[in-house]
Amino acid sequence: MNQLSLLGLISLVVRRDLVLAMRRRADVLTTLIFFVMVVSLFPLGVGPEMEMLRKMAPGLVWVSALLASMLSLGRMFSADYLDGTLEQMMLAPQSLAIVVLSKILAHWMVSGFPLVIIAPVLGMQFDMSAQALWVLMITLLLGTPILSVIGAAGAALTLGLRGGGALVSLLVLPLCIPVLIFGAGAVESVVSGINAGSNLALLGAILVMALAFMPWITAHALRISLE
Amino acid sequence: MLEISNLACNRGDHLLFSDLNFSISAGQLLQVQGANGSGKTSLLRTLCGLVIPAMGEIKWRGQDIHELDEKFYAEMIYLGHSNAIKDELNAVENLRISAGLAGCKLDDKQIIAALRRMGLRGREMLPVRVLSQGQCRRVALARLLLINVSLWILDEPLTALDVSAVGLMQELIGEHLANKGMVIYTTHQPLEVAGVETQRLALS
Repeated sequence: MNQLSLLGLISLVVRRDLVLAMRRRADVLTTLIFFVMVVSLFPLGVGPEMEMLRKMAPGLVWVSALLASMLSLGRMFSADYLDGTLEQMMLAPQSLAIVVLSKILAHWMVSGFPLVIIAPVLGMQFDMSAQALWVLMITLLLGTPILSVIGAAGAALTLGLRGGGALVSLLVLPLCIPVLIFGAGAVESVVSGINAGSNLALLGAILVMALAFMPWITAHALRISLE
Repeated sequence: MLEISNLACNRGDHLLFSDLNFSISAGQLLQVQGANGSGKTSLLRTLCGLVIPAMGEIKWRGQDIHELDEKFYAEMIYLGHSNAIKDELNAVENLRISAGLAGCKLDDKQIIAALRRMGLRGREMLPVRVLSQGQCRRVALARLLLINVSLWILDEPLTALDVSAVGLMQELIGEHLANKGMVIYTTHQPLEVAGVETQRLALS
């Protein structure tokens, strides 16, 4: 049996996707720059009132992160689908769900993790407190992987469809509403002096559930899309 | 040994073929023939398990391929219309990943040797993007040399290949059959393997 070990398979696929992303850097930067631009547009649009900006900040950063992560979803499987490598991944004697999980992981490293890193800098534009910035980072660290995991299922279902890019956002955005509520809620509760623990715990629970089920669902969706 | 019984396949509402029965065993070569649109690619994709047949069974060593799943995939290789290689990577990187997914641990020397046999000396480290169509096809075909499996399913393997590469393919198929391999392929070009009788399956 030519089965790779779990870690061997994950590292093979993640390394492949990271190398590909590094050779196509423009794609990676689009997501990040979009995020920075959208967040920075709001103070310009609504005016420089500190009190209002501080109040809007958590929700604003989160909504922007959500929109930015939609941008890159279409690319998660489409390039591999078009050049036939996705087909070969299905025909490899390895678990497709684990391959999918690895691709999600690589996708998050490239398009989700940079948002987590840059978010505190953007938060400063809104005069957020140090504590609120920390919680913002933690919520994004828990939340952006959920967006990638749920988004993967949407991307798999719309694979090969014309105009799939817009469709995937319509499919995935409603499913991400709980993530937005708990993510922004955690930051707001810290700002107003309440413990953010319950919101963070709920985010963590969603992440665990999504990681446990979505790769299998996505793998199945890919099989249907490729038939 | 691959056995197909009562196989039927649909494409949308259109019935491509039905009641297809054949089998192929070690050392045999099977050519699927038919006009454009007669369902050759669909048949090959069905044999790989990518498409669920509308009716009938496909058995590998007596067991249904959909039950065997990964165990079947460990014994077959499929080469489709697309080359399944990444433009951004070079030939060696592409093959290292393909072989890695198939579970073969290879060092770069083996990969380079395979590429040289495919006539790509000096092209090993170039991004595939700068290679010609035929050279890309040769990179894809090099997987056949590296991944050691018994069943080859080749969809138009000769597309974009020049005369010398076609000769090389005939040689590779001949060697594979001599090693108790099986080959199922489609082609519109003549492909004759010395000393082996080609079975033909015509789709109408």
